Amino acid sequence: MRRQIPLLLCFVAGTFMAVQYFIPHHAVQDAHDRLLGWLQILLAFAFLLGTVSLIRIHYHKIRNRAPDRGYSFVTLVGLLGMIGLGFFHGSHIQPGSPFDIIFQNVQVPIEATMFSLLAFYIASAAFRAFRARTLEATLLLVAACIVMLGRVPIGDLLHRGIPALTHWILNVPNLAAKRGIMIGVGLGMMSTALKIVLGIERAWMGGSE
Amino acid sequence: MSGFQKLLDIDRRWIFLAIAIAVVVPFFKPLGLPVVVTEPVRNLYEAVDELQPNSQPLLLASDYAPSTSPELEPMSLAILRHCMSRDVNVAVMTLHPAGFGLAQRAIGQVAAEYEAVYGEDYVFLGFQPGVSAPILGLGVAITNIFPEDAYGTPLSDIPMMEGIRNYDDIPLVITLAGWSAAEAWVYYAYQPYGQRVGAGVTAVMATDYYPYLDTGQLVGLLGGMRGAAEYEVLVEREGKGVLGMDSQSVIHLFIIVLIILGNVAYFMTRKSRRLAAQGKE
Repeated sequence: MRRQIPLLLCFVAGTFMAVQYFIPHHAVQDAHDRLLGWLQILLAFAFLLGTVSLIRIHYHKIRNRAPDRGYSFVTLVGLLGMIGLGFFHGSHIQPGSPFDIIFQNVQVPIEATMFSLLAFYIASAAFRAFRARTLEATLLLVAACIVMLGRVPIGDLLHRGIPALTHWILNVPNLAAKRGIMIGVGLGMMSTALKIVLGIERAWMGGSE
Repeated sequence: MSGFQKLLDIDRRWIFLAIAIAVVVPFFKPLGLPVVVTEPVRNLYEAVDELQPNSQPLLLASDYAPSTSPELEPMSLAILRHCMSRDVNVAVMTLHPAGFGLAQRAIGQVAAEYEAVYGEDYVFLGFQPGVSAPILGLGVAITNIFPEDAYGTPLSDIPMMEGIRNYDDIPLVITLAGWSAAEAWVYYAYQPYGQRVGAGVTAVMATDYYPYLDTGQLVGLLGGMRGAAEYEVLVEREGKGVLGMDSQSVIHLFIIVLIILGNVAYFMTRKSRRLAAQGKE
């Protein structure tokens, strides 16, 4: 029963959510709206689950005196501190509150900086690894250079053909390739969803067979 | 060791330093390069320009995180300025938990510039978890997803939300996202409800959305800082988007030079590497 009930629930919910698109009756639509509400509650609990999991992992690292436990300590202080500040100031975070001040002046600059580091690594990779070893690699490099120039104002200044060529690359070969990939991904998603709903794919249940 | 081999073996910290200089210098010595507006951005601008003042609101989904805020926040500011300069009502929400503070910051900044009144000119709905559920739920009833705004005021008590029930009363949704939220709005808002959707995404992601532009599933698209700069030009209020274009131009040129140099050095040293490999055999 431990495996049959989840499979049955998955089948019923998955089938209903697919079929309800084709049944305009208000009872079916009301049931669909209720399910959406339940889904949001589940998602909120997923946040809670993630938070508890994070606390457990880092608590064990500290308790077991792992070599990098200092980072775990900082993580837990930051996490619990922000949770505490958030609860202390009620359910509505106002601009200028301590929670908001720490978010705007610590988290935002740190995350933006981490992402901005990519620029340095891309430049280094461009020099060390982007090689025109084959015809395909050469085409890729040439297209990349054209698009890089075409997407900045200096490309417009250098030659009016650069933005036009960039526009063509993005709207013809790029679009065609992306569309093909999206169709493939869409078919794969449908197939996987069908396998999950029908109980053929059971990896989501975890545990042993 | 030949010069080309030395070039290939250069410590990458010199490259990092060169990049840092290339990024910083244009901020102090602007090149003033003109920004040419492209069709996807113009289409989105015109879609916002068609909205009626003091009527049904634009729904701005600030679904971005701090990591992508350098590219997406200029878009948010430009769109908000466009709306507020024309007295178009704006309802702001987010599907990203870290987007709450960013959306609040952007709308607070622009509202102060235009002396907009909360509840009459703009409203901040806040954050909702999930993607498909809230987007689908807004099509049924906004109050199912946001019974109150981000500060606890019931939507029924907010003047500008009077009579705004669902997507039928929202002429345009614009999502600003550095993740797959943008296509989720197409899947769950455009497809089932026919809701008009525009998007602002990072430059890296922009190429993924051209199929949606081509089919009309997106009314317009802002791609990266260039998209933000183009929108700022249209709104006639230059901000961080235009400011960043000079740096981005220099960086892109520099990376192209690095690619060319790296390949020249590689091919010039290929023979010596082949000989060295044969010698080892």
